[in-house]
Amino acid sequence: MQRRGFLRSAALGSGALMVAPRLVLANVETERRFVFIIQRGAADGLDTVIPYADPALATLRGALGVGSQGMHKLDGTFALHPSLAGLSGLYARGEALFVHAVASPYRERSHFDGQNVLESGGASPYALRDGWLNRLTTLLPASREEAIAFAPTIPLALRGETEVASYAPSGLPEAPDDLLARVGDLYDSDPQFHALWASAMRTRELAQDAAKRQDPATVGRTAGGILARADGPRIAMIETSGWDTHAGQKSRLATQLRGLDTLIAALRERLGAAWADTTVLVATEFGRTAAVNGTGGTDHGTASAALLLGGAVRGGRVVADWPGLSAGALYEGRDLRPTLDLDGLIAVAAAESLHLDPERAMHTLFPGRPFNPNLAGLVGA
Amino acid sequence: MAASNRPSDVAIALNRFGLGARGNAPPGDPRAWLLEQIPSFEARPAAFASARTTPEIAREHAEDRADLTDLDPEARMEKRKVLRQRARALYRDEVGMRVTAALTTPAPFVERLVHFWSNHFAISADKPQVTALAGAFEREAIRPHVLGRFEDMLLAVERHPAMLLFLDQVRSVGPNSRRARRAAERGRRLGINENLAREILELHTLGARGGYTQHDVGAFALALSGWTVDGMGGDADETGAFRFRPQMHEPGPRTLLGRTYAEDGADQARAVLRDVAASEATARHVATKLARHFIADDPPPGAVDRLTAAFVSSGGDLPEVYRALIGLPDAWDARSRKFKTPWEWTISALRGLGRSEPGSAQVVALLNQLGQPTWQPRSPAGYDDVAGSWAAPEALVRRIEIALRLARPAGDRIDARERAPALLPGVLTERTQTQIARAESPATALALMLASPEFQRR
Repeated sequence: MQRRGFLRSAALGSGALMVAPRLVLANVETERRFVFIIQRGAADGLDTVIPYADPALATLRGALGVGSQGMHKLDGTFALHPSLAGLSGLYARGEALFVHAVASPYRERSHFDGQNVLESGGASPYALRDGWLNRLTTLLPASREEAIAFAPTIPLALRGETEVASYAPSGLPEAPDDLLARVGDLYDSDPQFHALWASAMRTRELAQDAAKRQDPATVGRTAGGILARADGPRIAMIETSGWDTHAGQKSRLATQLRGLDTLIAALRERLGAAWADTTVLVATEFGRTAAVNGTGGTDHGTASAALLLGGAVRGGRVVADWPGLSAGALYEGRDLRPTLDLDGLIAVAAAESLHLDPERAMHTLFPGRPFNPNLAGLVGA
Repeated sequence: MAASNRPSDVAIALNRFGLGARGNAPPGDPRAWLLEQIPSFEARPAAFASARTTPEIAREHAEDRADLTDLDPEARMEKRKVLRQRARALYRDEVGMRVTAALTTPAPFVERLVHFWSNHFAISADKPQVTALAGAFEREAIRPHVLGRFEDMLLAVERHPAMLLFLDQVRSVGPNSRRARRAAERGRRLGINENLAREILELHTLGARGGYTQHDVGAFALALSGWTVDGMGGDADETGAFRFRPQMHEPGPRTLLGRTYAEDGADQARAVLRDVAASEATARHVATKLARHFIADDPPPGAVDRLTAAFVSSGGDLPEVYRALIGLPDAWDARSRKFKTPWEWTISALRGLGRSEPGSAQVVALLNQLGQPTWQPRSPAGYDDVAGSWAAPEALVRRIEIALRLARPAGDRIDARERAPALLPGVLTERTQTQIARAESPATALALMLASPEFQRR
C-alpha cells in the first residue's frame, strides 16, 4: 500500500505541474504580427490532433487514447484533444489550420539537440549559432525599439544579429537610480557588460506595466497587450515547457493542452482587431512514440503536429500527407513518419504572415534546406 | 615557479577553481593549494550534521501519505497542503545546508566539483519525491564519489531513488517479464519506459553524438527493467532503497553497442554501465564538460584531448583528471574567463562578504529570482554552462538589486576598497577601484564590487 502511495503521488505531482510559459518579443516595421510558440519537451502530436479514424490508433494507444468522448472532430480523419475547446472554435471560424506528420530535419531523439535544430534552423545540431526568428527580423525594416525577452534569458531562436533585450518581473526592491547610474559607469569599458546594461536600461521603462505573474492566461494577455500597441513589437516568441510525458501522460497532457488553449484565447482577446493581422505558429522539437510505453506515457519519437492560428490564416483544414499508423508505415517501426518539413512550413507561414518572399525567407531562415512551394496559401494577404 | 605566483593566478585559483575568496590570506602557491584539497576533502562536513538519509525521508513521506485515502475530501485536501508545505520546508533546509557547506568548506575546489557533478547528473525537483530527495541524492550519490572513480559515481547515481523516480524508471517493466505476463492475464498492459536508458547514454556517459542508436537505447532500457525503488509496506525498513525486482526484469540476453550481455538479472544493466563508463566517448564527453566549466564556453580542443587522455589512462580515476586539469596552461589563461552562473555568483558574493551561513539571505528565493533554483533545472541536461544562457540584460539588473540587498547589512563592517583587491588579486581594474572609492556609501561600494565585471566572471 505504502509503495503504491509513494509512487502514485509522484505521478500526480508531475501532472499538477504546469511549467510557467515565458515570453520574448522583437520589433520590426510592419502591421502584421508573428508569434512563435515553442513546446519544449516533444509534445505528442498524435494526442493533440488525433487521427481518430486511423484503424491502428486504438491498438497503439490503448488506455492512453482519449476515446471519442469529448474529442472535437475536425473532419473524417482528425479530431482535437478535448482540452482544446478554444482552438476548435477557431477552426470552425476558419482561423486555425493544423499540420500533421511534420518534423524538423533532426532524426535522433535528444531534446536538447532537437530544440537546437528547431531554434537555430540548422540541418543538424549546433550547425548554426544564431536563431531563425532573429534572422527573420533581419528581413524586415527595423523599428525604433529592439526586441524584448520577457524572460531572464534569451532563447536560441531569438539570439543573433538583431539586438534582443530581456525583462522579467522580479518582485525585488528596485535598485536606486544612483546605483544604476554608477553601474553604468562601471560597465562602460567592458563591451559585454556595456551592451547588456544598455539594453536593460532601455527596456526598463517599456516594461513598467508588464504582468507580474507568468501563468498561461497572463502571458497570453501580456503578449497580446504589447503586440496590439501601435508602437509595440511585432514578433514574439513564447516558451512553454512540460511536454515530456514519459509517464502519466493522460492527465499531464490534458493540463498542458488546456494551458496552451487558455494562452491562445487570452492572446487573441487582448489583440482585439490586431488578431486579423496575426499568425501564431505552435511547434515542438519532435513527436513521441506511436505506441504507449509501459508507464502510461510515450517515449521520444519523430513526427508531430504543428498548429497555425490567426485571423489571416486560411484555416478550417488539416494539412497532412498522412502516412498512417500501421506497423509498416511507422518510422523505424515506432514513430509517426514525417512526410512534411517543419522548417519549410515555418518559412512559408512566417513569410506569408509578414508579406515576405517565401523562397527568400526559406534561404535566410533555413539555409541549405529545400523550399516547398506546395505549401503556399497558408496565410492570406 | 615564479609564474604560478602571479596575482591573477591566485585570483584564478580562488574564483575559477574555487568558489570565490573570503577575504582572508590568499594561498601562496595557487596550484599547490588546489592539489592539497584533494586528500583533505571531507565528504560529509558539519554543515550536513542534521541531514537525513534517503530511506528516512522516503519512509516519512510514505507514512505521511498512508492515511490520506481514509480522509474525507476536504480533510484530504487540507492534509495535502500541509504535506506540500513540509516538503518545501525540507527542500529549503537542504538548500541551506548546501549553501552553508559551500560557504564554510576548506576545500572549495572539490566543493565546486560536487556542484559540477550534481549538475552533470542532474535531477529536477519537480516531482514531490524528487523535491524531497534532491539534497540526499547529492549527499549520497555525488559527494562520496567526487574523488573516486567515474564508474562508481555513475553506478551510485543511476541506482539512487531520486534518479530512478525522476527519469520514470521505477515502473518500467519488461514486456515478457513475469509481472507483465501476470498483468496481461488480467487485461492490463505493462511495459518499458526508456527515459533513464536514453539519458544515461546521451547525458551521463557517451554524449548525444556518442555513437549509440535507438536500438541501443531500447536494449539498455530492457536491461534496466527491474531497477526500482523499494517502498513495500511489508518491510518498511527498506522503503526508499534501491531494489532489483526480478519479476519486472525482461528475461534473456541483450546485445547493444556491439556487445552481448548474458541474462544476469540486476547485473545485466550494471555490466552495460561499466562498459559505457569505460568508453572513450564517455571520457571525451566528460572531458569536454570539465573543460567548458573550468576554461571556456568553447573549450580549446587540445585541453579536451589531454583531459580525455587522463581519463582513459587512469581508468576514470577522477583525481587524476582533476590533476591534469590543474596542469593545463589553458586553465590559467587570464583572458578566457567564465561568466558566473547565478549559483556561482551568489555563493561567491556571500563568501566575499564573509558570510558563514545563508541566514537572512533567503537563498532559495534569491536563486529563484536569479533564474537558477537549486536542483531544479527542469531538464535532465542540467543547467547550461555557457554565458549565452545567463548573461542577459534583466539578469544583470537582478544581480545588482540583490548585490545591494546583500551588501546593506555588511556596509558598516567591510570596507570595499580593501576587500575588492583581496577578492580579485591582479584582476581588479582601475575603473572598478575608482567607482568603489567614489560610491555614496559603504554599502553601495560593496554592491558595486559584487556587480563589477571582474567579480561576475571567474
